[in-house]
Parts: sequence; structure tokens; C-alpha cells
Amino acid sequence: MRNRNSIVLILIILLALVALYVVLPTQHPTEVKNLLVWQQPKEYRSLEFKQGLDLRGGTQVLLQARPTTGQRVTSEDMQAAKAIVDRRVNGLGVTEPLVQLQGENRIIVELPGVDNPDQAVQTLKNTGQLEFVEIGSSTNSPFANIQQGSYVRTSNNDRTPTKEELGKTALPYADNVFKTVMTGRELKNAAVSLDQYGAPTISFELTDEGGKLFGAYTQAHVGDILAIVLDNVVLSAPRIQSVIPDGRGEITGRFTRDEADSLAVQMRYGSLPVPLEVVNRRTIGATLGADSIQKSIVAGMIGLATVLLFMVIYYRLPGTMAALALVIYALLNLAVYKLIPVTLTLPGITGFLLSTGMAVDANILIFERMKEELRWGRPLKVALEAGFSRAWTSIFDSNFSTLITCAILIMFGRTFGAQAVLGFAITLAIGVLISMFTAVIVTRTFLRALFSGERGEALREKRWVMGF
Amino acid sequence: MYRIVEHRKWYFLISLLIIAPGLLAMIYSTATTGKPFKVAIDFTGGAIWELNFDKAIQPADLRQIFVDAGLNDTAVTTLGDGKTAQVRLKPVDDDQKLSLMQAMKAKFGQSITETQFALVGPAIGTEVTQAAVVAVFAASIAITLFLVVAFRKVAHPFRYGVSAVVAMLHDILVTLGIFAIFSLLFGWEADALLLTAILTVISFSVQDTIVVFDRIRENSGKYRGEAFGLIADRSLLETLHRSLATQLNALFMMGALLLFGGTTIRQFVAVMFFGLISGTYSSIFNAVPILVAWEERDFLGTKKRQPQPQPELAKA
Repeated sequence: MRNRNSIVLILIILLALVALYVVLPTQHPTEVKNLLVWQQPKEYRSLEFKQGLDLRGGTQVLLQARPTTGQRVTSEDMQAAKAIVDRRVNGLGVTEPLVQLQGENRIIVELPGVDNPDQAVQTLKNTGQLEFVEIGSSTNSPFANIQQGSYVRTSNNDRTPTKEELGKTALPYADNVFKTVMTGRELKNAAVSLDQYGAPTISFELTDEGGKLFGAYTQAHVGDILAIVLDNVVLSAPRIQSVIPDGRGEITGRFTRDEADSLAVQMRYGSLPVPLEVVNRRTIGATLGADSIQKSIVAGMIGLATVLLFMVIYYRLPGTMAALALVIYALLNLAVYKLIPVTLTLPGITGFLLSTGMAVDANILIFERMKEELRWGRPLKVALEAGFSRAWTSIFDSNFSTLITCAILIMFGRTFGAQAVLGFAITLAIGVLISMFTAVIVTRTFLRALFSGERGEALREKRWVMGF
Repeated sequence: MYRIVEHRKWYFLISLLIIAPGLLAMIYSTATTGKPFKVAIDFTGGAIWELNFDKAIQPADLRQIFVDAGLNDTAVTTLGDGKTAQVRLKPVDDDQKLSLMQAMKAKFGQSITETQFALVGPAIGTEVTQAAVVAVFAASIAITLFLVVAFRKVAHPFRYGVSAVVAMLHDILVTLGIFAIFSLLFGWEADALLLTAILTVISFSVQDTIVVFDRIRENSGKYRGEAFGLIADRSLLETLHRSLATQLNALFMMGALLLFGGTTIRQFVAVMFFGLISGTYSSIFNAVPILVAWEERDFLGTKKRQPQPQPELAKA
């Protein structure tokens, strides 16, 4: 029994140290990030707190599909629309944007720190334009720097983009206007299929008119590069291998399945498959956010310190252990926020602080119970175990009811992109779950270690230390 | 032992006295504006635009720009030093917004900055309102069901469930009532965070109630044969320390946020602050007394108690 407790104690201390390491604002080596946030795509693996828009400023837009009369919006349409919005958002060059499907017909977009929100929103709503663009010879080309993601001016749209519009997108040939061979109107379909080696390829089909045009063009330009361009950004720049006379062709390349899927979707739905309208929009200035975060941290520290002080003064030695457990609790929460990651908002921070109240509540329930058991003359160790086991039903029941509420709030928040509601409910729920661990297991392990042996039992008589 | 539940008529009176002003405020608001309190654009749809100017401006001048654009329903208030203006208007589309901004820059200079802009389409406002009502009902029903299941082994689980729900309703009424009063006095607006606060208050209220009920459940077994009111009193006293200590801690947190936290969530925190106090009061002074009233079939605790027949010891 004593041995097992020591093992648990060591594990808890290790866990706390790991959490502390995650929380510390130091540079974490890449290997550590790969290990801890493996579920994230490689380029997003970071051990920073994700701040919501209310903290760092920015714009949140809720786009809703507004189908034209008679049109039915399928979930495929929404997936395609999301892919397109996603690409446009990346073109805006904001850091850590968020694009998510919300409910059946909505897309939520978050643009942190965007300078010109009005223009950004316009860009998102635009129906895009797909073009097949002539780049020229694939050997000795003067345009060898054209590749996926490059911005090209075309005869269809030869406007020179502004710096803001370009963002991170490269514009290798700012002075050249490339010739548009055909627009997306002539494309009937594009889909992913597998070639004889099992590699994903994209087969496409053109309209009759497009087929003729394409046949004539490919005949004259075998060996040249023909770029597929969406909203002036190159999706793919394949070489014409042979004449494509019947309007049916395929694009091969070293695509992964995902890349092929995304390319096919963007070709098919070059323009948004369904018009989008802005139903909800919020812009928060960055200075307001910075001020809020400062104040919340101060308020949180003061609140936490008061609670710790209360526990130590009111419950003495057990209270000190609970206070220690509460510090571990805070560390674990913060670490989990980084690891999942949870986007922190002001209400989210409130949820976290409120949940620390719940974490001590569990300890208070246990200690009050212990005091009663001691009053009835039980030995210290018996009182300790009884306190924990008797209080458990109350702790579980009350936490469960909070989790029910959180679940309902999360559902509500997800439907409407109400990040404030969502942030609060998520941090509160995480807090409640972690508190069941720290307030019960961690505190119990600490107290068991303290009360073990003769010396431990002697503590029973030291009323001042025990606070009973 | 100190008797608590016997004096229940006083607790019910206090609750009534606290709820009444709030109810009156809600009725007054409904009569004058059609809504129990001011409602934010989250629910009504509309737009709020907060702008910063480099010098103090007159709200009327700014409003004129919007009126000229055909937006007669626009309200402009200036905050603080008069350099920050808050404009409330109908939902506008992006083009309209751009031309409004141009008009403002033409009149007040180029250095206008946008600190906040929020827009909610009218259709989504209605949808959010409906979902909010559904959320409150769903939470109440789910928690009641959970209570009935958790207390299925006691004599009358349904009574425990209903008593907790009445306490819960009490807290909703108190919170909304206080909110309505603040809405009248300081123009507080109900938004999605108010809903969040109400649901949180509900779950905390139930939590307090559960702790006392748990003790009643335990003591009912231990003190078999004792009057239910006595068992309830015992349980209340035994859990009183915990209730107060927990409450105090929660209030420390909320108080720190109220005093030192940012202004943007002050309203949210204040609602929870009052809700938490109400939650503790209602579980001690509403939920348990109602349960006892039901068990003893004596709502106000005024019936004369039947003297227990004295056991007699006699020669066999």
C-alpha cells in the first residue's frame, strides 16, 4: 500500500514537471513538439497558447450558403466551398487563420490581426475563376519559376495585385501577362482515379466546344506547360504529354491522394459551388485584446492567490496539500490548452478560473468529511480514506451536472460559431475533468504520504497543524 | 440542534422579496419596449460599429451621415472622452459599410480607426434566440433526469428532482430579475454570454443542491425513524461549512475578475456572481425546505406537529 502510494507520488511529480515544461514559454525543440502535438499537421505543431480573436484582435466571419432557387446544398458542396475559402484565406497571408464547417450550411472563418477586414471579407465571398493558362515551353522556359501557388496575371484578369492581396503568395513574373487558353466554363467534370500503378491521377472532361478548342491547342503545344489556375493562383502546372482530341484528359504527377482530391475539387468547383453570404461578423481591435489579456492575467493571479491562501489558512496542513494540488491542476490545464490545442478567449479564461473553484470544492467536501470522521474518534488514516470515499458520490454527481451543461453549451456554440460560449464551455469542461483527478487522486496521494507511519498518526494530536 | 427548515415560510418570503423587484422590472420593460430587458444583436440581428476619432465628435454629426444614407434607425453614443463612438444600426452589407466609412472620413478626417464591428443577420438572430430557449430547456430537463437517476434509491426520487428544479427556477428568476434591473439602470444587453451565465448558474445551483441531498440520502439511512425535517436540518448543518467555504472561493474568483478583469466580460461575470450567491441560498433555503414541505405535507411549516406517542415500558 505504502509502496504503491510512493509510485503514484513519483508519477504525479513527473506529470507535473512535464506540464510545467510544456507551459513554460521557452523554445521547445522540434522533437518534443513532434512527440507532444503529433496530431497536428507538421507546420502547425507549436507549443504556444492559441489566442482567440477577442484577445489578439481580428475578424470572425460566419458565411452561410445561400442557394439559388431550386439548388440543393449538399455536404459535398460545403466541403468544396470550404476548400476554396480555405485557399483564399491562405492567400490573405494572415497568421493562423481558421476555416471550419459549422452545422449544415455554414463556414466560419477567423482572420486574426487582418489589416483590412472589409476587403478580406469581399475576397472570401467572391466566386472564383478557373482558367487554363499558357506558360510556354517546358524546356529552356523563361518562366521556369512558375509552380504550384504562384500568382500569375492572365489575359482574363491582368490586374496587378496589391501587396495586401498577395500576402505570402509569390508573384514571380509581375510584368508578364500569360495567355488564357480556356476558362473553367468549358470544364464539365474532374475526378480522382488511379492509374495502372495505383497512383492517384485526375481525369477531367470538357464540354464539346471546350474539347475542340483543347484538341487544337494541345496539338500545337505538345511538350509545353499548361497551368491550371484558380483566381490567378496556379493549382498545378502540368506538361502537355500528347494531343487531347476528344475532350477527355488526365493529369498525372506525384500526387498524394489528398492533393489529388483537393485539386479535383478545386477544378470542379473553381467557382464556389454555392453563393455565400455573411450572416455574422465581428471585428475586434488588437489594442482592446491586449488590454483584456493583461487584465485577465492580473485578475486570475489575484483570484488564484486568494483561493490558495484561503485553503492554507482554513484547512492548514491538508489545505496546503490541496493548494499544491491546485497548482498542479493549473499547470495541467494550461498544458492541455497547449496540447489539444484550445483557443483561449476571455470567457474561456473565466471558465478556467471558475473551474479552479470547483477543484477546491472537491477538496473542501473531502476535508469537511475528514473532520467529521476525526470528531467521531477515527484514527487519522481511516478518516482520510473515509473522507475521500464518502465524498466521492457528491463530487461525481455535482461535476456530472456541470458536464451536462457544458455539453449543451458546446453544441449551441458550435452551431452559431459563438466562440465566446464555446471557449467558456470547453475550458470549464476540461477543468472539471482534470479537477476530478487532482482534487481526488493527487491530494489523496500527498496526504497518504504525509500520514504514513507513526509520525503521520502523531499529527492527529496536533490540532493546530490539522486545522480540526 | 438549530432548526432550519421549520422556519421555511421566512425563506420563501425572502426569495419572493428578492424576485419581486426583478419581475417588476421585467414587466415594466415588457410593457414599454416589448422585451423583458434590452437584447443584444446576438438575438435581434443588427450591427454595432465602434470607431475611434482623433478628436472629440458630436454624436448628432456622426448620426447625420447614417441618416443621409437612409439608415434612420441608427443610434450613436460617444464613450469616455468623446473620441470613441458606438454606432448601432441595421445590418449593412460590405459595400454599404465601405461607402459609410468613406463618408465619415470625408467629414471627420482620414484617421478614423475601427475598434470593433459586429454584425448579425436578422435571420440568424431569430435562430440563435430559438436555440437559446431550447438550450435552457434541454439543460433543465437533462439535469432533472440526471437527478432522478442519481437519487433513484431514495424513497421519493421525483420529489428530490422537482425540489432541485424549483430551486433552479428560483435562481434563473433571481438572475434574470437582477439583470433586468441593471438593464433598466445601466443599459445592460442580453447576449449569448448571458445564456452561458444562466446555464452555469443552473449547474452550480444543482451542484449545491446535490451535496445537501446526498447527505440527506445518507442520513436517512443512519437516523432511521427520525422526523424527516430533523434529518434535513442535520444534513444542512453538516454541509453548511462546505457550502460556505466553496461559495467563498467562487466569490474570490469572481470578485477578482469583477474588480481587476477587463470590461468586456464584466457583465458576464457579474451575472454569474449574483447567480452563485442565489444558487447557494436556494439549495439551502429553497430546495431542502420544499423537499421537507412535500414529505411532511406542510408547505409553510406552520402545522402543529403531532406529538410522537410516548413509548411505554410496562410489566409484561
